[in-house]
Amino acid sequence: MSTGIGVRVPRKEDARHLAGKARFVGDLSFPRLWEVAFVRSPLAHARIRSITVPERHAGRVFTARDMEGVRPIRAESSLPTYKPSDYPPLARGKVRFAGECVALCIAPTRAEAEDIAEEVILDLEALPAVIDSLAARRPGAPRVHEEWGDNLFLTTSVDGDFESARKRAAVVVEREYRTARQCMAPMEGKAVLARHDERKGQLVVYTSTQVPHLIRTGLSQFLGLDQADVRVIAPDVGGGFGYKCVLQPEEISVSWAAMRTGRPLRWVEDRREHLTAGANTRQHHYRLTACADGRGRLLAVDAEITVDVGAYSVWPFTACLEASQAGGNLPGPYALDVYRCKTFSVATNKPGFTPYRGVARPGVCFAMELTIDAVARAVGREPADVRAENLVPASAMPYTNVTGKHYDSGDYPASVAGARRMIGLDAVRARQGRSPPLPGGADRPDTAHARQDHAERPARDSRRVDAMSARQGSPGPDGRLIGVGFSTFTEQTAHGTRVFGAWGLPLVPGYEQATVKLAPSGTVEVRSGNHSFGQGLETTLAQIASEQLGIGVDRIRVTMGDTGETPYSTGAYASRGMVMAGGAVSKAAESLAGRIRKHAAHLLQTGADRVSLTGGQANAAGGASVSFEDVARAWYLRPDQLPDDVDTQGLEVTEGYKPEVDTGVFTYATHAAVVAVDPATGSVEILDYVLFEDCGRRVNPMILEGQSYGGAAQGIGTALFEESLYDENGQPLTSTFADYVLPGPVELPAMRIEHTESLSPYTRHGIKGIGEGAAIAPAGAVVNAINDALSPLNVEINEIPATPRRILAAILAAKTSGPNEDGRRRSP
Amino acid sequence: MKPVDFAYHRATGLDDALEHLNAAGEGAKLLGGGQSLGPMLNLRLARPRVLVDVSSVAALRTVEPARERVTVGAAVTHAEIEDRPVSDVIERAMREVAAGIACRAVRNRGTIGGSVAHADPSADWPIFLVCAGARVYIRGAAGARALPVTDFIRAAYTTDLAPGEIITHVEIARAGGQARFGFCKLCRKAGEFAEAVGAVLIDPERRCCRVVTGAVGPKPVVLADTTRTLAATAMPPEPDAIRAEIAAVANEHDPVKLHTAAVAVGRAIDRALAAYAPSHDGDRSGSGARTGLTFQSADI
Repeated sequence: MSTGIGVRVPRKEDARHLAGKARFVGDLSFPRLWEVAFVRSPLAHARIRSITVPERHAGRVFTARDMEGVRPIRAESSLPTYKPSDYPPLARGKVRFAGECVALCIAPTRAEAEDIAEEVILDLEALPAVIDSLAARRPGAPRVHEEWGDNLFLTTSVDGDFESARKRAAVVVEREYRTARQCMAPMEGKAVLARHDERKGQLVVYTSTQVPHLIRTGLSQFLGLDQADVRVIAPDVGGGFGYKCVLQPEEISVSWAAMRTGRPLRWVEDRREHLTAGANTRQHHYRLTACADGRGRLLAVDAEITVDVGAYSVWPFTACLEASQAGGNLPGPYALDVYRCKTFSVATNKPGFTPYRGVARPGVCFAMELTIDAVARAVGREPADVRAENLVPASAMPYTNVTGKHYDSGDYPASVAGARRMIGLDAVRARQGRSPPLPGGADRPDTAHARQDHAERPARDSRRVDAMSARQGSPGPDGRLIGVGFSTFTEQTAHGTRVFGAWGLPLVPGYEQATVKLAPSGTVEVRSGNHSFGQGLETTLAQIASEQLGIGVDRIRVTMGDTGETPYSTGAYASRGMVMAGGAVSKAAESLAGRIRKHAAHLLQTGADRVSLTGGQANAAGGASVSFEDVARAWYLRPDQLPDDVDTQGLEVTEGYKPEVDTGVFTYATHAAVVAVDPATGSVEILDYVLFEDCGRRVNPMILEGQSYGGAAQGIGTALFEESLYDENGQPLTSTFADYVLPGPVELPAMRIEHTESLSPYTRHGIKGIGEGAAIAPAGAVVNAINDALSPLNVEINEIPATPRRILAAILAAKTSGPNEDGRRRSP
Repeated sequence: MKPVDFAYHRATGLDDALEHLNAAGEGAKLLGGGQSLGPMLNLRLARPRVLVDVSSVAALRTVEPARERVTVGAAVTHAEIEDRPVSDVIERAMREVAAGIACRAVRNRGTIGGSVAHADPSADWPIFLVCAGARVYIRGAAGARALPVTDFIRAAYTTDLAPGEIITHVEIARAGGQARFGFCKLCRKAGEFAEAVGAVLIDPERRCCRVVTGAVGPKPVVLADTTRTLAATAMPPEPDAIRAEIAAVANEHDPVKLHTAAVAVGRAIDRALAAYAPSHDGDRSGSGARTGLTFQSADI
């Protein structure tokens, strides 16, 4: 049976994960290993007057003063107006967010290291903190980096003739949107273990990262070491989501301390450290104006986007990436002719912004999708229709949009039609008693009356029955309001040299390399400098090799994550793994297949073009065959059997690959949600959730579905639950999972997924990236559904997460300002 | 997130526990299931010198379902209460409350005595026990004493328990055959601590009625006016009246929090009353089903 492309092969890595035999940084053990705890800043913004270490802890505590010669993390960019920041691994002079590392403490155990950390005395002079990104933009705001004249890392601007489009518009919709600051919350947090290998004279750093080769480059650069003197090994990694695609200050300071003390040292991030010092992503603010004709066809969009970047620019992706992506991706899948946009990347006293699954697109998708629904309501049409009509049609592919994004292939409107069919839009509308929606949202007293509460709210179990009946279109008895929402996006994946070059980042990905080797025993070894931290790449790369070589994945060993064993790769980010590493493995395996055929042809006394590779054998057209083991034995042990014109490079091939057009290949999808909103409590239950996706050729549909479920779960977290909160002094208020709420199995719906495959014309096998995609759309779909449900109450939510408190506050505010009826059920 | 250094003693009996507790003085802390104390230790919010683990003390591990009252040992776990057979409205209510606490993994270890001692304003047991008029029994070097749970809990995370004392059990009076219980817990996520809780017990035979609001204010409180109205009419009071009383007794003025708390109480009342209705969608103001439910001078 084939284990090649398109087959639902069970994941190779699961055998060790399920048996508890995986090895994460926390599982490693070395003689004389000690643990690290950090003293972190208790204040969001302060000048450091002094750091006092009790004498008995001398040699156990290190501060910036000890780290002579270590450079601060500094990420350059060639974008105009960009200001780089200096981010010392241990704070120097000032602290700029609560949780910033100030001192590093070592002891035989973590508990003892924390005991020492408690006794280090920080004398801090508190400075006014900048917490709100809009306030930080104002002149006179306290400055995060005093030497700057303002708090702006970067401003960008795209102009378009918006004003004349506005004059032609039948409707103009203006909205303000906010998305919360978030944590990525991988199951395994950051973790790093550093030791000095005396024999090789090498610093060896085991770290939980997505980008081992980049970390090696970064460590060398900031520690002032030759790259040959540094080896980085990413062992099993328990989730990344972007959190682990940048150089962490702890990676530098722990490495430095291991060299300084000559002792293996390990730091494992705990959950409180993650929820405070790791609250580093997603926070956007939008002012958005959309002009449309009387049918809801978009004429122009004007946007002002403010990204709360936090205190420091991360390396290598800089403080620019998020806002650049936001401004460039806001038009998304829509055919839009006029676009005007300003972006502001603003420094605040929070942890430095790090790209999280979807990078900017969850925010822009939320803003754009809510705007599409607002336009549809303004013209009194079904949002699904207005959405589909505004999308780039299949006939226009390939299509270059208003911001210069080149969409390679796909039928975007078909994804709306697919999601619409799957969610059963007509049945939901029938149940609501409205079709199509009326304009304005407020003027439908009949509907509102018809949906007042009548009966006892059922217990938890029977709500599930409601969920079923929602799909069947019968009315629910529990007084909750039903709504349906859609969200469509397109995602640039595996964008490469040209895109990153234009941003002028310290890293520009080029040719991704992979090595494929036929080993002496006849098994295949695949080596990639990319990394697998839960995406199943260990299996899917093996499937690519299996496809090219005709040998089962059980006889293919994939090695990743170790800079000592793999060719250079900029790593796993930007949904590039399958396109880039997959493409490189494909190309190298294809090349190896040619050599195997040539050697086998000699053994079989036939022509190489008459040899095919299947079932781990080389088969001659006439029926004779030799095994891969025979072919390998000839090269390694019995070269006397080889032809005179043998390829002297042998049975090991390293190839580099990038797609012909390297500006990215575009995955797209439409998600749809049906929700029930309890107007008395503001609580939301997702009754139904569907995804209609297209990522080109699917290498392993089962793994892909897992990615989609997980991504959508994170997106639902963004939509309804997750929020890193601060008080006005920048103190984090959500430092445990009791306060930072992640969705659990009870909150997540049983999602349904369908796929179509529009192959990319530019990539090997027509593959597009999919790793991030599903996290992008949920906030748009869920909040559109909430707003659809709440429209009889004249309530609209434009901020996420849409918590019960936010929804209820909006309902209560609408009640005091309007004549709407009391949503709470009154007993007879 | 590692605790400070502490000594650990696994108590073999109640006297042994008391002995170790007293020997250690102020620096000692009792450990039950550790579901609240564990995280507090790791966050270094609790910094005891000695932990005395009473989770396997046999004398604290029994449930005695007597004719007039149910006695539950302090070290009985939520899961054990959830899994017990039920014979009346009180035991059924306790099963419902137990089953709604966090997730099964927490319920397998967390104890009723620990929950009462911790006195988290949002925790389920204190709210239920105040609603049920339960008493808490305490042993110390000076002997035994008992007091109502509503008096035992003074404020958020603050109780009447003195250093060197141990909660031995709680005692809940059984209710009459017509008694009804209603509980409504509103939380952002299944198993999280509640945003608001309402608990209602209506017991006509014993002329006892209590409506409790929880997770708002520093401790669970009986809403006296709401209770009197409910007892006298067997009808849910006006939401505005419930809201006003919660605002007054809990000193809570955030409109969203108040609205949520009033909804929780209203729904708990509805659930208690629903048991008397001929059918779920029927007219509950009809006379027949609720005859005998109202009573003027309720014991709250």
